[in-house]
Amino acid sequence: MSKTYYDPADLRKFGNITEWNEELGTKFFDYYGKVFEEGALSAREKSLIALAVSHVVQCPYCIDAYTKDGLQRGIDKSEMMEAVHVGAAIKSGATLVHGVQMMNKYEKLSM
Amino acid sequence: MALLKSLAAREDDLSSPANQLKFLSNGIFKKGELPLFKDKIAENNHFPLKPKKLEILQLNLGYMCNQVCSHCHVDAGPDRKEIMTMETMEQCLEVIRNTGAHTLDLTGGAPEMNPNFRWFVEEASKAGIKDFIVRSNLTIILANKKYHDLPEFFKKHKVHVASSLPFYKRDKTDKQRGNGVFDKSIKALQMLNAVGYAQEGTGLKLDLVYNPSGAFLPTDQQALEQDFKVALKEDFNIDFNRLFAITNLPISRFLEYLIASENYEDYMYALVEAYNPTAVENVMCTNTISISWDGWLYDCDFNQMLDLKVASKVQHISNYNEDLLNDREIIISQHCYGCTAGAGSSCQGTVA
Repeated sequence: MSKTYYDPADLRKFGNITEWNEELGTKFFDYYGKVFEEGALSAREKSLIALAVSHVVQCPYCIDAYTKDGLQRGIDKSEMMEAVHVGAAIKSGATLVHGVQMMNKYEKLSM
Repeated sequence: MALLKSLAAREDDLSSPANQLKFLSNGIFKKGELPLFKDKIAENNHFPLKPKKLEILQLNLGYMCNQVCSHCHVDAGPDRKEIMTMETMEQCLEVIRNTGAHTLDLTGGAPEMNPNFRWFVEEASKAGIKDFIVRSNLTIILANKKYHDLPEFFKKHKVHVASSLPFYKRDKTDKQRGNGVFDKSIKALQMLNAVGYAQEGTGLKLDLVYNPSGAFLPTDQQALEQDFKVALKEDFNIDFNRLFAITNLPISRFLEYLIASENYEDYMYALVEAYNPTAVENVMCTNTISISWDGWLYDCDFNQMLDLKVASKVQHISNYNEDLLNDREIIISQHCYGCTAGAGSSCQGTVA
């Protein structure tokens, strides 16, 4: 067994998920493929969204995959970093906006 | 990062084609983690791979180049002295006059650095070949005063210019090809436009060749072409006709880069994973003969660099015979995955 939780080489094995449940695995990969097709949003835009979300969910496999995908699509590093900042801003904003709940509770409990 | 010297000048182990082929058959392929190319194409009954109608004659006029690009599969550079002689050129002209191929494709190194380049273009252009391509790295046009009039020369002989430009932005281009390459390339493209290249009604074709600046595969050729067109027009008022997206093959200096950056295995996995049987049907070795600076015949430019001569009784321009050559089996190895990944890759861009 590996002594670490993440091994970059495991990303290549993602497709093997279907081996233990073909029906659900196949449905997932069909869905996944469909999501990233050109649509109302371009595949390029979707790649940047995926990169931002990859950081928010802190998935190292996804970060590797969508950094490479971005390079392949000609997305440059300034665009990639801006996308990551969008993710970071939402994540920190999501933390901070809970401050309102804290303020509400504080006020409610205080005389 | 652009380099200072070729593998050959550095006497690097990878300058030997035999060592490269050995590397490409060991490791993940020997262990059976990935299938050998011949087994992979056998799954769709493409083994042995046979040529179809010959369409393209590709001539390498020499390995000398004014640049030392980090991805170069030719291992070209200023330190390479292999140059096609006039005698070999005469033999090539004889073949060009009688070939059934409709396209003549001159490459290098920088083919313009061959001292007999202009004479050869003048003679070859009289042969009535339908499409006459010169692969120019662009910076050669500005490298020395004697090359400044190349756009006019190309125009005079109705040469179809295919130019390398790794990206429409400076940083990626210069990282792969050397500092200052982007600005010179832009200037050269503007010079080509100024004499009529890629301008409506002139019939003068200017295509760009894109190859990824790292260990990743090219994306959709049409999407890239659109991005290049918009960016080059907006930023530099440059026009071009088509963009060819070419996959970097894991040989020579690109192989060196893959190994040094520890990207080799991932890259090979990516190529194999993207294997497309449809691309095999149209892969360029099925319609091309590649001729080296010293007159030897190969299935493609990559096999030339790996010194894999055609498997035919005819192996040299001196006894060239198209019928006999068309009866050959194409020599393959693991580098061939580079031409069958995704939409496929060839000197004319995607194939599937």
